[in-house]
Amino acid sequence: MLLYRYFLINLKSQLQYRAAFLAVLAVQMIVPFTYIASPYFLIERFSNLGGWNLAEVMLCFGIINGAFALSELLARGFDMFSRQVVSGSFDRLLVRPRAIELQVLGSTFEFSRIGKMVLPFIMLGWAVWIQPQLWQPLKLCTIALMLFSGVAIFSGIYVLQATLCFWTIQGLEVANIFTNGGQMTAQYPLNIYKKWLRLFFTFIIPFGCVNYLPLGYLLAKPRFESPLYALTPLAGFLFLVPCVMIWRFGVGKYLSTGS
Amino acid sequence: MSLDMNLNTIANRNPGKLGAWRAVFRLRLICCIQYRIPALAGVVTQLFWGIVSLLLYQAFYESCPTAAPMTFSELVNYIWVQQAFFALINIWCMEPELSGQIISGDIAYELCRPQNIFALWFSKMLASRLAATLLRALPVIGVALLLPAPYGMTFHGDGWTMLLFIVALSLAALLNTAIIMLAMALMFFAPTPAVFSAVAIVGDFLSGLIVPLPLLPDALQRIAYILPFRYGADLPFRIFTGNIAGCDAISGIGLQLLWLVLLVSAGKKVYQIALRKMVLQGG
Repeated sequence: MLLYRYFLINLKSQLQYRAAFLAVLAVQMIVPFTYIASPYFLIERFSNLGGWNLAEVMLCFGIINGAFALSELLARGFDMFSRQVVSGSFDRLLVRPRAIELQVLGSTFEFSRIGKMVLPFIMLGWAVWIQPQLWQPLKLCTIALMLFSGVAIFSGIYVLQATLCFWTIQGLEVANIFTNGGQMTAQYPLNIYKKWLRLFFTFIIPFGCVNYLPLGYLLAKPRFESPLYALTPLAGFLFLVPCVMIWRFGVGKYLSTGS
Repeated sequence: MSLDMNLNTIANRNPGKLGAWRAVFRLRLICCIQYRIPALAGVVTQLFWGIVSLLLYQAFYESCPTAAPMTFSELVNYIWVQQAFFALINIWCMEPELSGQIISGDIAYELCRPQNIFALWFSKMLASRLAATLLRALPVIGVALLLPAPYGMTFHGDGWTMLLFIVALSLAALLNTAIIMLAMALMFFAPTPAVFSAVAIVGDFLSGLIVPLPLLPDALQRIAYILPFRYGADLPFRIFTGNIAGCDAISGIGLQLLWLVLLVSAGKKVYQIALRKMVLQGG
C-alpha cells in the first residue's frame, strides 16, 4: 500500500542520522514529565481533583497524551503543511494522480514522537493495572477506542490548521490553542472545569467523547451507567468528516504562491 | 547588508564605550517590534493558557481548600504575571538566529567584529526578548485586569512592592538571558539542540513555570531554592503577589544579583574556552 511505503521510506530516512535521532528521541521522552508534573504533584497536595483520584486522572492523562503524541507522529505532514505551501512543493503533489490527503499525510512522519509516548503509556498501563474493575473485554476495548478516537480528533485539528495555510500562507500559531491547549485541558477529566469550557470541548471540538463521557462509564461514576457512553469515542472519528470537507474546500480555493 | 549599514549609522550616532552595545540593542528592538501578528497570536495563547490554568487550579482549590499554601487571589496574580511576562521569563526560547550560527559556521562573521561575542549575543538576545515582551505584556495585563473576580488580576501592594517587583523582574530578565547563553554554549560541544532542550525542560520546571513553586512538594521546593532557575521567574511573581515581602524580598534580590554575577562570569569563561577550541570549516 502506498501509505505503508511512505511510512517505511520516512522511517528509513530518519534513521540515517542515528545519533541525532536517538538524541531527539531521548528529549522527547523527558517532555511528558512536564505534563505529568501538575496532575501528579497537585493531586498529592490536594488529595483529589473534583472527586477524581490519582489513578482515575492518570487513566485520562495516559489516553490523551498517548493520543496526542501518536497524532503528532502520524499527522506531522498536516502540522508542517505551511512549509509545503511556502516552498511551493504542494503544487507538485497536486499534479500526481493520487489522493491529495494521502500524499500530504505521507510527506512526513515524526518518528521521534515515539519517545513522547513512553510515559503516557506507562501511566495508562499503571492506571488500568491498579483498577481491577477495568479488566473487562468491553472496557478494555473502550480504552483502545478512546485512544484512536483521540488521535482522530487531534489529526482533525491539524487538518484544519493546514487548511488555514491556503489563505494565510504562513502557519498560524493560534491553532496551538486547540492542539497543545486541547492536550493540556483534556488531560484532566473535562467536567472539573466550568460549564462553558466543557461544552466547547465536547460539542465544538469533541474531546469530551474521549474524556469524561466514556471515563464516567469506565469508572462507574453516577449518571454514566449506560453502556452507550462506551460508544461515545466513535464521535471522535466523525469529527474528521467536516475537517476533511473543509480541507477539500480549501484545496479547491488554492491559487499557489507563485514561487 | 542594509542591517550592517544601519548598525554603523546608529553606532556612529552613539559614540562612547557603551555606544556599540546600545546600538545593537536598539536595532534589534526595532527589528523585533515589526512582528505584530505573531505577538497578537502570542497574546491570545497566553490568555487562553492563563484562563484554563485558573479554572484547573480552581477545581483543585475547591477539592480541598485547606491544603492550599497560597490564597487563590495570590495564585491568580502569580499566573497572570507569569503569562504577561512570559517572553521575558521562559528559558526554552533559544534564538535560532544565533544558535544556528554555531552549526552553520556563520559565527565566523560575528568573530570578525571588534566586539566580545558573549556581550554581543547577550544584548541581541535580551533585546529581542524585551521587544517580544513589550508587545505582549500590556494587552495581557489589560485583559487580565478586566476579567471578573475571582479570575481578574488585582494588585494590593504599595509603591514599595511595585518597586521591588520591577527590580526583581529586571534582574530576572538578565538572569534568564545568562542561563540561556550558558545552555546555548553547550551547542559548541554537542551540536544538537537536544541538550539545550533537556536543560530548558528541567529549568522550566524548577522555575515555577509549570506548577507554581509553592504548590510543589516540600522536597522539590528545597531543590528549587538552591538552583538559580527560580530567581528568574518565581521570585518576581511572588514579590508581586505579596507572597514574599520585606526582608525576604530584599535578600531574594541579593541572591538574584549573586547568581547573575556568577552566571555571567561563568558564561564569559565558557565562551572564551569554546571559541579558542572551535574549528571552523571553510566553505
